[in-house]
Amino acid sequence: MTFKLSSSPHQHAQRSTSDLMRLVIFCTLPGLLVQTWLFGWGTLIHLVLAIVVAVVTEAAILELRKRNFEVAIKDSSAILTAVLLALSIPPLAPWWISVIGAFFAIAIVKQLYGGLGFNLFNPAMAAYVVLLISFPVQMTSWLPPESLTQYQANFADALSVIFTGFSNDGYSLQQLQLGIDGHTMATPLDQVKTNLTLGLTYNETLESPVFAGGLGVGWLWVNLAFLAGGIILLLQKAISWHIPVGMLGAIAIMALVFNGIDGDQYASPLFHLFSGGIMLGAFFIATDPVSAATTNQGRIVFGACVGFWIFIIRVFGGYPDAIAFAVIIMNMAVPLIDYYCRPRTYGHARSGK
Amino acid sequence: MSNDTTADIDNTPNSEQPNDDAPALSKQNNLQQLKDISWQGIWKNNAATVQLLGLCPLLAVTATLINGLGLGIATTLVLIGSNCTVSAVRNLVPNEIRIPIFVMIIASFVTVIQLLMNAFTFELYQALGIFIPLIVTNCAIIGRAEAFASKNPVKFAAFDGLMMGLGFTLVLVILGAIREILGNGSLFKGANLLLGDWASQMEITLFTTDSAFLLAILPPGAFIGMGFIIAFKNLMNNRIEKLFAAAPTTKNIARVRVTAEK
Repeated sequence: MTFKLSSSPHQHAQRSTSDLMRLVIFCTLPGLLVQTWLFGWGTLIHLVLAIVVAVVTEAAILELRKRNFEVAIKDSSAILTAVLLALSIPPLAPWWISVIGAFFAIAIVKQLYGGLGFNLFNPAMAAYVVLLISFPVQMTSWLPPESLTQYQANFADALSVIFTGFSNDGYSLQQLQLGIDGHTMATPLDQVKTNLTLGLTYNETLESPVFAGGLGVGWLWVNLAFLAGGIILLLQKAISWHIPVGMLGAIAIMALVFNGIDGDQYASPLFHLFSGGIMLGAFFIATDPVSAATTNQGRIVFGACVGFWIFIIRVFGGYPDAIAFAVIIMNMAVPLIDYYCRPRTYGHARSGK
Repeated sequence: MSNDTTADIDNTPNSEQPNDDAPALSKQNNLQQLKDISWQGIWKNNAATVQLLGLCPLLAVTATLINGLGLGIATTLVLIGSNCTVSAVRNLVPNEIRIPIFVMIIASFVTVIQLLMNAFTFELYQALGIFIPLIVTNCAIIGRAEAFASKNPVKFAAFDGLMMGLGFTLVLVILGAIREILGNGSLFKGANLLLGDWASQMEITLFTTDSAFLLAILPPGAFIGMGFIIAFKNLMNNRIEKLFAAAPTTKNIARVRVTAEK
């Protein structure tokens, strides 16, 4: 029997970057599948487009920078960025949306700052914000869940809408957005926002067909699937619990307080937690190891502030959902958070004792 | 955009009076100085890309090429006027109160330009809005007054104003062109506002699209575009400097070879 001695650090071999990235990509699969199941094939088509553009862009720029691009491509970080971007783009947006988005995310947000590990901002979310403010119409044309649409779109239709703007039967995106009753259907968050400005109360809004039991049809399942993927990430110790818990906790508390003050104006905590991209944001986007805070204490602060901004922008701002804005605002605050949340150095006394 | 940077940009050419005994030499010296001033103003010490002065109007008005050109010309005119005046009074102004005096000189020139634009290019005047009176606060202008004009004779100061203004205008025009092409698919849109009705034919439409790249027109586009211009300037620095700056300095210095070549 040999008795091995090794020098410090005495840590078990942790995952390499590429293992971690691949694990995160696999954990998005439940959400991806549910989103495809409920909202049509568009997400998958955008996923393929975004991955191809992201990887080609990464390779081209690394070649320009005279770096070894094979290593960088194999770490799958570009693919993860593309996956997150494709998941946040409306399924039937035109093809150039994901092409511009993936190019911007990799070329400008990631590589111009020095590549993986040096980017200040979350590449997928920065690209999403660029797309959202540049092409507001395309970026907000979400479909209603397939169970509620007037016209169904199969894979060929989705492909056709994305590349030509019309389905094989000649329906435009606007027609595909129609619900069974012939009205254009908005997302649950849109619906709440619009109806509140029209003078309806929150409870009256919940009677419209995009809601079932107080939660958005379809969106609940998408969020549950991302929650499941996120829990796998937590169990695998790929991410720490601090950011998701901070973010979801902040949203829940704020929603509870506002809902308690005026239930006619402010949606319930459950509605806030299970609509839009909250679970995707909490477990997959805000936890980006590069652009988020690095200490555990700091992560709670970071997550809570992201949740705070999401709630503020959702309720009082001009946009129905705000994960990208919230994450980018807090990315800018990360150096400050890290400065004030430094862990105690081993051997030094706690301050004040 | 603080005035602190003005301390670093003191590229005062030799301000000693040329020697009367050698008029030929002084003429060459003059030419060399003018060359140096234009080199500094347009490339080496460009107000926008190197000193990063006057970024506020630069980023705010460059949504189209013509807007940029209009503000650039206005700034250049103010810069020439203020540089001349500051230089002319430089020996009369007490050192302690020079800044208020410079600001008043600049403000009066801005008022003149503003009234002229109001009279002759009224629509452009409206398009540029608050940014015309704000030329007063453009650090590039007070920076030149303090760093150059207050130490040099009038002719050099005027030339420096022209060259610094040209460098600034160049960046405004390039940034305006990039943003206009990306965000609107056109060039020279609204040229008639600056140049009169005949210029409305100058507008070039490169492409038309239902969904323009709004980011380029919005403020973030200005920052990103400016970043790219500065990056490009830094990228080209070595090459351009070899082309222009090296030429006058290559003097054949005959050295005695002290070691054998290996």
